Amino acid sequence: MENAPRAYRPRDRAWHPPALFPDYKTSVYRAPRLPLVSLGATRSELTAPLFGHDLIRATDNDLLVNGRVDGEPIGPRMILFGRVIDEEGRPVPNVLIELWQANAAGRYRHVNDSYLAPLDPNFWGVGRTLSEPDGSYRFRTIRPGPYPWRNRVNDWRPAHIHISLWGASLCQRLVTQIYFEGDPLLPLCPIYNSIPDPAARERLVAKLDMGESPPHDLLAWRFDIVLRGPRQTFFENRPEGA
Amino acid sequence: MLRELPSQTAGPYVHIGLLPAVAGIPFEPDRDWSVLVRAGVRGERIRIEGIVFDGVGAPVRDAVLELWQPDAAGRFPGHDLGADPAFAGFGRAAADFASGLFAFETVKPGRVPTADGRLQAPHATLLIFARGINIHLHTRIYFDDEATANAEDPVLALIEQEARRRTLLARRELREGRVVYRFDVRLQGPEETVFFDV
Repeated sequence: MENAPRAYRPRDRAWHPPALFPDYKTSVYRAPRLPLVSLGATRSELTAPLFGHDLIRATDNDLLVNGRVDGEPIGPRMILFGRVIDEEGRPVPNVLIELWQANAAGRYRHVNDSYLAPLDPNFWGVGRTLSEPDGSYRFRTIRPGPYPWRNRVNDWRPAHIHISLWGASLCQRLVTQIYFEGDPLLPLCPIYNSIPDPAARERLVAKLDMGESPPHDLLAWRFDIVLRGPRQTFFENRPEGA
Repeated sequence: MLRELPSQTAGPYVHIGLLPAVAGIPFEPDRDWSVLVRAGVRGERIRIEGIVFDGVGAPVRDAVLELWQPDAAGRFPGHDLGADPAFAGFGRAAADFASGLFAFETVKPGRVPTADGRLQAPHATLLIFARGINIHLHTRIYFDDEATANAEDPVLALIEQEARRRTLLARRELREGRVVYRFDVRLQGPEETVFFDV
């Protein structure tokens, strides 16, 4: 039952946003100030919950359908698709991909969202799927709208889709956001800009793919997902000090 | 070599995706992710509860927490032969929107060895997601009634300042005959919780 790697390449924390990014004001209150303690992964970290196909229903990856009450959800119909691979380019199957998003007007179906834009009675904005044996995944949804948020006086979130990934081990756990190519709000967004390296930011931008877009139906946006990859361990050294 | 995607905050509406019922969406109305146990589970049933506090001592009321732990015999569901079929190993809970309190119904985890065969003290892994947290926080819950095991735990020993090890100890109490462990998380301040880079 055990074929998970015994070690992962270290997470490059400089590639990720720092915990403290003052332009994103809430991070000032919530960013730990002390250094993280580095931990050589044990089985507690090299394992992960095994999510099976019994968790996933047929419409779970179809947001055009799963929240429908009496009509079609409103907004630009789209496909979100891509592959889940690791840092060595190998497909990662059975990754639990969960996503959530605002509707086309920029409003979330959430008890705490009070933005004045309307709810869509036929749209929940939640979906999930498991990546296929070749790492591929696919959702149908509505392109989300931008919305204002309380940060600086007039901050707006660019259109985005939140995505949560559970891979083969806790070391691969990742939650991030998917943006859309060409969005003029991107360079203004402190959350997007919390990622220091422009090349890393660019990795979160989905690309329009006309070849995958079914004519007269939906636009397709390609978004490939890369999770941490294993570090080769050809032999076990005694740990330092042991 | 490729690089993993950079993280972004889960934001205040994380419940829609991870705990839709909490957001008010009937996506999976019958599932309660905060309960890891089913009837007949082996071991000591416990409740783990707590509050995540921010740097000014306010509860983080939009947090979502994930728990991952072995069963009472130290076996991980889906990974180890003989793991307890009545135990899920994985749980999710939301902080209460009013009080910030989160809670899991689980069992006291068994001991798990390190790569070189040393036994770790009983512990559960806790991941924390919230608005203002740009990359999820990873910590461990140990148990304050396991003094002997904790004293020889190789991960606790990695924490240079002994006083900081205390931040990972859940406090055992009995409440109406039930075992409850209290585990508060402090994101900043003199009692800042130890977070790990794994």
